[in-house]
Amino acid sequence: MAQKSDLPQGTLDLLILKIVALGPVHGYAIAQRLEQVSRGVVQVPQGSLYPALHRLENRGLLGADWEETESGREAKFYRLTRKGRTQLETEAASWQRLIEAIGLVLKLSEGGAE
Amino acid sequence: MKWWQRLLRRRDMEEQLEKELRFHLEQHTNDLVAKGYSRDEARRQARLAIGGPEQVKENCRDARGTRWIEDLLQDFRYAIRMLRKQPGFAAVALLTLALGCGATTVMFTVVNGVLLKPLPYPEPNRLVAVHGHTDTWNAAVYGEQNLAYPDFRDCQHSSRSLEMAGFVYSGGILGEPGVPEYVERREITPELFSVLGVPLLRGRAFLPEEDQPGGAPVVILSYSLWQRRFAGEPRTIGLSVVLDDKSYTVVGITPRHFQLDGEEGDVFTPLGQDTAGYLRKRQAHPVGVVARLRPGAALSQASAELELIGLQLSAQYPDSNKGRSFVAIPLRPGVGDVRSTLWLLLGAVGLVLLVACVNVASLLLARAVSRDRELAMRVALGASRGRLVRQCLTESAVLGLSGGVLGVLLASVGFRPFVQLWPGTLPRVDEIQLDWRVWLVALTASLVSGLLFGLAPALRAPVREMEQALRAGGRTLAGSSRRLHSGFVVSEIALAVVLLVAAGMLGRTLLRLSSLNPGVNTRNVLVTRMALSPAALAHPEGIRAAWQDVLNRARRVPGVESIAAVDTFPMRQGENQLGYWNTPAVPPENQQPLALATSVTPDYLKVMGIPLLKGRFFDEHDRRGTEHVIVIDEVLAHQAFGTEEPVGKRLWIPEMSGPNWSEGAEALRVVGVAGHVRHWGLARDDQAPVRAQFYYPFAQVPDGALRRWSELMSISVRTSIPPLNVVDSLRRELRGATGGATGDQALYEVRTLEQLASDSLARQRFLLSLFGIFAGLALALACIGIYGVLAYLTGQRVPEIGVRMALGANARDVIRLVLRQSLGMILGGVAVGILAALAAGRLLMHTVDGMQSTEPSTLIITIPVLVVAAMLASFGPARRASRIDPIRALRQD
Repeated sequence: MAQKSDLPQGTLDLLILKIVALGPVHGYAIAQRLEQVSRGVVQVPQGSLYPALHRLENRGLLGADWEETESGREAKFYRLTRKGRTQLETEAASWQRLIEAIGLVLKLSEGGAE
Repeated sequence: MKWWQRLLRRRDMEEQLEKELRFHLEQHTNDLVAKGYSRDEARRQARLAIGGPEQVKENCRDARGTRWIEDLLQDFRYAIRMLRKQPGFAAVALLTLALGCGATTVMFTVVNGVLLKPLPYPEPNRLVAVHGHTDTWNAAVYGEQNLAYPDFRDCQHSSRSLEMAGFVYSGGILGEPGVPEYVERREITPELFSVLGVPLLRGRAFLPEEDQPGGAPVVILSYSLWQRRFAGEPRTIGLSVVLDDKSYTVVGITPRHFQLDGEEGDVFTPLGQDTAGYLRKRQAHPVGVVARLRPGAALSQASAELELIGLQLSAQYPDSNKGRSFVAIPLRPGVGDVRSTLWLLLGAVGLVLLVACVNVASLLLARAVSRDRELAMRVALGASRGRLVRQCLTESAVLGLSGGVLGVLLASVGFRPFVQLWPGTLPRVDEIQLDWRVWLVALTASLVSGLLFGLAPALRAPVREMEQALRAGGRTLAGSSRRLHSGFVVSEIALAVVLLVAAGMLGRTLLRLSSLNPGVNTRNVLVTRMALSPAALAHPEGIRAAWQDVLNRARRVPGVESIAAVDTFPMRQGENQLGYWNTPAVPPENQQPLALATSVTPDYLKVMGIPLLKGRFFDEHDRRGTEHVIVIDEVLAHQAFGTEEPVGKRLWIPEMSGPNWSEGAEALRVVGVAGHVRHWGLARDDQAPVRAQFYYPFAQVPDGALRRWSELMSISVRTSIPPLNVVDSLRRELRGATGGATGDQALYEVRTLEQLASDSLARQRFLLSLFGIFAGLALALACIGIYGVLAYLTGQRVPEIGVRMALGANARDVIRLVLRQSLGMILGGVAVGILAALAAGRLLMHTVDGMQSTEPSTLIITIPVLVVAAMLASFGPARRASRIDPIRALRQD
């Protein structure tokens, strides 16, 4: 059931960065984690995951290595670079500010209608 | 990984991508199986979840960032493959382009070397030429005024922003070691090589102490003289040579191809050592000056300084320097009058290239239409319009570029022979090379033209119509390309018309000019410059005796009928233009009408076969002390005296009057009228600004000027046998001299009058052959173009022709049908072409000497040739169309 995501492109990048920040992880694991998160709110299609990963890798925000998993298979593990960490902090901060601002505006219109 | 690394390791990236996605799918499948799905169902679900692996891969590839280069490479390989699949088309297109590009590159190489390249000295934009400037000096006629030697010294001393060097043209006889030969001598100041920034190949430049009267006699040789005469021996430095009877030590060799003022000198001596009187006075100004701006100085500064110095000298020496000022202008290579001819030829060959490009564009367009279904398929598979356009452009760019490279390779072989064939010598001929600039221009031009002629097929049909192309037989889009094709044919014909008419005009001009009467009898006349033995030049009496001796000896040579000495010869470089007036009240110098003055011995008219119309010519009674006489030509008679009888009247010629010349006698008496001689050559004489001529006796040249005149004199000989057979005996006879070492008189620049007359038309002949070749090429290409386009168009009309034939048309009707279509295009092209040709004719008139305006007869002769050729080319496709089997035609869709 592949559906187009409501998430704008920048947000997907932010989520990926956050997940990778928790530790080196391969693509499927990121998809699983996103599945867990999105089960309640938003559908994240797996098809747009890998292009996003590769794009982040090209920009130097993620680094990648081929390593063995527990089952002995080889998989491509992504980790956060220093540049990626800075980007993550910046993005997260501005996302937070945006949310607060929207929240304030929503509270306002509840209060007084003129 | 950097982007270029990713590009190079594309296969690795693809494998990794495949591996990564496979891992993902397997993991997902396993998880689903663990949840209870069957293996097949799990696999299907996993695939759906990821959204189709191929799509994902495409998106990942896009994210890689190197997409456009990969696409370009892919298009490139595809283009090569397509060209290899159609070798016939590729060969024709490449050949056409290579020819057009090659010819254009050859012309551009010449234009680059002669006109565009800066001077071959370091920092050429800081070099200036310094000229004198006086209001009465007629620069248009005499060229820029040079400086007097004392003036030069003063300028050099006072100028703070310029480093100046001077040179004087001269000549001399180089004697031992070896055979005496005449050499071009340049007397230079020691700074010359450092001002130009040219290091000597060997040895050293002159020292300041050698630049004084009485300084050590030293000489620098040119590279070519060193190779020719001394076999390039390193030990030539320090060798002693005899120049004009004086011994000099060789101290240096100039680098190869070193030119001063656009000419190669043979030997260089210090100017300061020359004690000749005319160098010490400020009246004469023989010194050419080249200077370099010192670091930090600007041209305006230098000009201001020079003006100031001019004013000071003008006040200090009012007799000689009144009104004289000095100017500095940036140094430019002297290219004479070839500039307009070269640009004209470049334009003409550009037209041929244009025809070639139009041909290839037409071929590409036809090919593109036949590939409509393939393109439609691509669109259906998801290609964007931009991608299609990019692919078409890549194909045509590849074609254009390969044609260009081939063309440049052809040109690298062909430009040397072209330069050799040029009539006379091209200025700066050593600098004509196929350098990086030519490569750059040629490749850029071929790339751009490749893109241009790919535009037509690329932008042909909007994408939505592609669908129809898939369904229908791919024929429905033919209509839109027909207009383009016709347009191509019309333009090719027009261009061919322009070149044909131009060639026709040149041919007519050449015919007309060849039939002109030069005014002399050109058969069996020899002319050669002559350098007297230096010993004979010691004093005036000796000089007169020496020339008399030369004439007497030459008369004894078997085969010689008559002989005369003359200074400026018709149709040869060199003339002496003097102002004249027919009353004593002579106007100022720059308002006097000019006439060509020639100094001759009495037999001149007989030697040259010039008719004597009135009065008499000179004889031995006309010499120093008797009345000064001249003989004028009919043009001068008309200009100076109108319809009055000129014989017995007098002319005032300021340069030939005054105490130095005629010792009191102010005017010269006209004693005869001779026929006009086309001095400027058959092509240029009728339009020349100065055509009036007169002759004066060599015997009446004053003593003071005799030595200088001697250096300029030639002898001309009428022979009873072919002239060149006389040269050796003449040389032997004249080598000995009166009072001096035997064997040091030299003849040089030996020509026959027939050669000179023919050479005066050489450029016209050369242009005619070139234009003839261009016109022929353009015509051939245009005919090929017509053939191709018609074949294609009739191929498109096969069903229609089938219907016509089924309805009763026979073969002749079909042929007429096709030929009518062709004729329409041809006539359209001819109409446009005639208009363009008239404009081109005007351009030709400006640039080529002796051309007259386009005459209808030129058009009447050339246009039908083109129409007939084009119709013949159309005949092939017409006949093939008439042979169509109507049943097969109707079945074919």
